[in-house]
Amino acid sequence: MIPRRDFLKTGGALLIGFSFRETLPAQQTRGATAGPPDAKQIDTWLAIHPDNTATVYIGFAELGQGSSTSLLQIAAEELDMEMSQIKTVRLDTNVTPNQGGTYSSASIQRGGPQLRTAAAEARLALLQLASKQLDAPVERLTVSKGVVSVAGSPQRSVNYGQLIGGKLFQLPFTGSAPVKSPAEYNVVGTSVPRNDIPDKVSGRYTYMQHARVPGMLHARVVRPRGQRAYGAGAKVLAVDESSIHGIPGARVLRKGDFLGVAAESEWDAVRAAQQLKVTWDNTPTLPSNAGLYEQMRAAKPTDRVVLERGDVAAARERAAHVVTQGYRGPYQAHAPFAPNCALAEVTADSALVMCSTQDVYGTRNGLARVLGLPVEKIRVQYYEGSGTYGHSCYDDVAQGAALLSQLAAKPVRLQFMRWDEHGWDNYGPAHVGEAMAAADAQGKLVAYEYQGWHHNWSAVETSAQLALGIPATPWNAGAAQQVSPANCGGMYDVPNLRLVNHQIPSNDYLKGGWLRSPLDLSFSFASEQTIDELAYRLEMDAYLFRQRNIKDARWLGVLDAVARAANWTPRRAASNRSDAKVVTGRGIGLGTHLVSYGAAVAEIEVNRETGRVVAKHLYGAMDAGLAVNPGFIENQISGQLVQTASRMFKEEVTFSTTNVTSLDWNSYPILRFEESPEVTAVVVQRLDQRSTGAGEEVMAAAAAAIGNAFFDATGVRMQEYPLTPKRVLAALARG
Amino acid sequence: MATQLKIKVNEREWTVAAAPETPLLYVLSNELQLHGPRFGCGLAQCGSCSVLVNGVETRSCVTPVASVQGKAVTTLEGLPAWYAAQKKLPQAPALHPVQQALIDEQAVQCGYCFNGMIIKASELLSKTPQPSEMQIRLAMNGHLCRCGTYPRILKAIQRASKAMTGVAR
Repeated sequence: MIPRRDFLKTGGALLIGFSFRETLPAQQTRGATAGPPDAKQIDTWLAIHPDNTATVYIGFAELGQGSSTSLLQIAAEELDMEMSQIKTVRLDTNVTPNQGGTYSSASIQRGGPQLRTAAAEARLALLQLASKQLDAPVERLTVSKGVVSVAGSPQRSVNYGQLIGGKLFQLPFTGSAPVKSPAEYNVVGTSVPRNDIPDKVSGRYTYMQHARVPGMLHARVVRPRGQRAYGAGAKVLAVDESSIHGIPGARVLRKGDFLGVAAESEWDAVRAAQQLKVTWDNTPTLPSNAGLYEQMRAAKPTDRVVLERGDVAAARERAAHVVTQGYRGPYQAHAPFAPNCALAEVTADSALVMCSTQDVYGTRNGLARVLGLPVEKIRVQYYEGSGTYGHSCYDDVAQGAALLSQLAAKPVRLQFMRWDEHGWDNYGPAHVGEAMAAADAQGKLVAYEYQGWHHNWSAVETSAQLALGIPATPWNAGAAQQVSPANCGGMYDVPNLRLVNHQIPSNDYLKGGWLRSPLDLSFSFASEQTIDELAYRLEMDAYLFRQRNIKDARWLGVLDAVARAANWTPRRAASNRSDAKVVTGRGIGLGTHLVSYGAAVAEIEVNRETGRVVAKHLYGAMDAGLAVNPGFIENQISGQLVQTASRMFKEEVTFSTTNVTSLDWNSYPILRFEESPEVTAVVVQRLDQRSTGAGEEVMAAAAAAIGNAFFDATGVRMQEYPLTPKRVLAALARG
Repeated sequence: MATQLKIKVNEREWTVAAAPETPLLYVLSNELQLHGPRFGCGLAQCGSCSVLVNGVETRSCVTPVASVQGKAVTTLEGLPAWYAAQKKLPQAPALHPVQQALIDEQAVQCGYCFNGMIIKASELLSKTPQPSEMQIRLAMNGHLCRCGTYPRILKAIQRASKAMTGVAR
């Protein structure tokens, strides 16, 4: 094990972090051994302290979505404690349970039920202890603020802290304790403010980028500016170490094609990385933006029918109206606002790595492979970085820091530069979609088909690939990498439906990874514009056409909610067009990410002379089942709408035949303040439904609404995004 | 080569050893261990490293440390005191009104960009106590947010403006 005490020995304020003595006075041994702690023990989930407060251990990362508050609401509710009595701790593979990673909007969906039942079981155990102490049956006990009292005799009371404070429950977690019914909720379902915001606005919050330990070196990686094809990696032809001799504090660290520089002073490391002369293999390996979609369609894919019912071909033959359209969506970057950072101390037989991973246990597995150490010798601690929105470079930077620490035999802090993060991301993959929708003369959907082409995510981090020569392999297929029934026709009542996924080989393309609402924006942009076009051909209003073809009450719920919020008045699309220079349009769309239900309306402005498109007002409605904290979901919807506007109007990874060329905020612009839309967020609360994800489930709908609003404004379908001025002018010219 | 430099940050004099061309950000982060200004791009494109230099919003990631000698640097940590001095308040409040308004609006998501947002908004309100919506948008346009919190930041600045001027708008 790492001598944790030495590592934490602080030199005053230098060490940022926490010590277990501060957070866990009762359990100094917690954290001493490798986790995950046993999920089948109550003590793994929570601890009661003598001062009648509780610490709850959760396996989900705070990413700015508020889950470190909302999960506590669930625990507070079942324990009958106040929010002020409950706190949580940093994610740590020696301390916190393994609940799977913080992706697919899983915190509340997967983490909530587990925590709820654990807290309920702990409460029951506490009541049994109180029953003995107060000499009253459990049925006669009531709890408020962690104080147990006998009904009718409030003076006969004892608090949780007195019952078990500082001691372990030592009870198995069976999941058998009854939980509250939603009707009894006092804390769940209310919009309590977030725990993390006061420190975040005052400058007291410790982001990963702030963490320092004594004796560490600052490091930077040295890579080509912008990645090549995933399968090609990067190949060092020559390194001229004399090129940094003018920076005496800096040294070159190298393993295979993995190259870095380290120095005691951060500025020396930054300068050395810029000055080091490296000759890279520059052989072209990429199709470039210009050849991308053609190469994707020409690739030999692995085909899979995701869903099929009825006879699509026969129904299409008989249909009165058939629309077939093709759409394209670009690679987009996570581009976290802060480039990823990690701090590692690796010794001959152990490693401690601090990083901003969304999955501490998953990251630990990757580190074990790279370092050649058993997982139980590795400890990973989570420090929040800036919003990652999926698999940005957090694993890559963690592995890079660990490799550099191993090479330097010292603690190393590796901070990616802007071009490292932008240029070596696991981009959200590009997509080509072909959609067909057919209706009878009365406007009833009779057939639907979607075929989608894209490659899978990357399974190997760049640091590992370059250092160890691990061959590039694709991530195993999963629902989030497949044509999605939830976005492609699944919300409609259509008897004949067929969805086909064409997975193309990944090695000739950019590295891929899950980017918030993976592929969904592309699916919905294609599918919901095809549906919209069908409504247009039928001379029907886009909202009423959808309403007529949906039976599912929850899809109808969000559709109606958003239409109401936007004061939608029925008319045929593109029936209000004008010859003005700046025209306006509105559109509606549906979509989600696997679970939950999203609907959106977009009101946009198109300047037909400049090609500039601006969203003036975006409306989003989401049904994520029981909304534990509706205020957080409103904030999520609001952020998702703005981020979708950014992705639909601005964002596209650019690359030549040799390298990615979008390496900063100028070459990869995102939406700015000036163009930020007004937003209206509607949370459809469903107390009787289990909570499902809310962190990415209205983006697909908003992407579609924007596409449909453009058609309403101009009578032209945009078949590729982002809707940049150049692309818009070309589409308008084609008519 | 590192030299001894005297800089004034948050009303306190510091002597730091750094090469004169070192970007101020690295000195603030590593020598002074401040958490307000933070690395975002190193290119003056995003605003996460912003500080006030003599009251003017400045990107510390491209500002040589030697160039702020003899000037007053204010970081997020020193903003309440800077505000108190401007307003001639007897003592510094716990938070600048912009900070309080961001809490009241629950505007934050990941919060990483908020250093720059708060610094810029404070500068704006010190010069233009009652900005129009368009003035706010234009002033803030050089500060990026990846989470898409612009609408709530806009509301928070309007709220802070009200609080600071005591005017119902």
